[in-house]
Amino acid sequence: MSGKPRAWIYAPLIAVLAVLGWAGFAPVSVPSRDELFEIPKGTYARRMAGDKVEILPSQIRLTLGLNDVLLLRNLDDVPQVFGPTILMPGQSFRLPFAKAASYDFACTAHASGQMTVLVEAEPVMPWAKIRWRVREWWENRTR
Amino acid sequence: MAAPELKLSATDGKPLTLARYRGKVVLLAFGFSSCGEVCPITLATLAGARKKLGESAANVQVVYVTVDPERDDAARMKKYLASFDPSFVGGVGSRAEIDAAQKSYGISSTKQVYADGNYTIGHSSSIYMIDRAGGLKAVMPYGHTVDDFVHDLKILLRP
Repeated sequence: MSGKPRAWIYAPLIAVLAVLGWAGFAPVSVPSRDELFEIPKGTYARRMAGDKVEILPSQIRLTLGLNDVLLLRNLDDVPQVFGPTILMPGQSFRLPFAKAASYDFACTAHASGQMTVLVEAEPVMPWAKIRWRVREWWENRTR
Repeated sequence: MAAPELKLSATDGKPLTLARYRGKVVLLAFGFSSCGEVCPITLATLAGARKKLGESAANVQVVYVTVDPERDDAARMKKYLASFDPSFVGGVGSRAEIDAAQKSYGISSTKQVYADGNYTIGHSSSIYMIDRAGGLKAVMPYGHTVDDFVHDLKILLRP
């Protein structure tokens, strides 16, 4: 018997390091800078009926340099107010962000009347890239 | 974008349309006279903005449409609004007329009934800013200051 460990024992460790290396150093990208949220038809009717169920998420997370443009589309047949803007039926509204911060908006599509847009800094460092990829994977999995 | 027209009755006894106020900047909001939270603050803020504008305030018309037509008739709304600023005009009408006005601006409202049968109404609280030509120019969310309104009104009042 030899005292040297066999090479295959290291294989999982090498694989993990390879994945971490890719996740930490490969450029991050998304298909579009627009993060689309659609206000579905019937939203106003549900609000008027006292429906408290949130149709859209109360918090939207954007990342500078990646998906840093909020694109709202009103598919309802009633105007919806988002911050200082009124979206008539069928209209869309693009709001680009240039500074990492938490932004609160009045939003009639939400039962609470409020929506928060959390804009995060672009992931540059390896650890930030890994964290961004893990979160994207998790959110896509649970969406 | 043209502001959706109103087809209601005004607290001055005339029909309430936005066309009546062409040439003035209109601040349009929805609420009700029994409101104990949002409406008094909104109306006090709008009154403060008009006061701060001085002579220019003659070219600013506040229109406040009730979301509670069961309780708010013209006389009640007129008295309520006059306690903030006698120039404010209220919008009243039948339930169907009010529903149509609310829907055209996306104003939601939900009634919350207390154990004693009394009720309050939760409602959208943004203020719509309509220019001299009847164009819907901006929406001011609830909570802004007198100075915020004065700033925007000065822009809208420019010749």
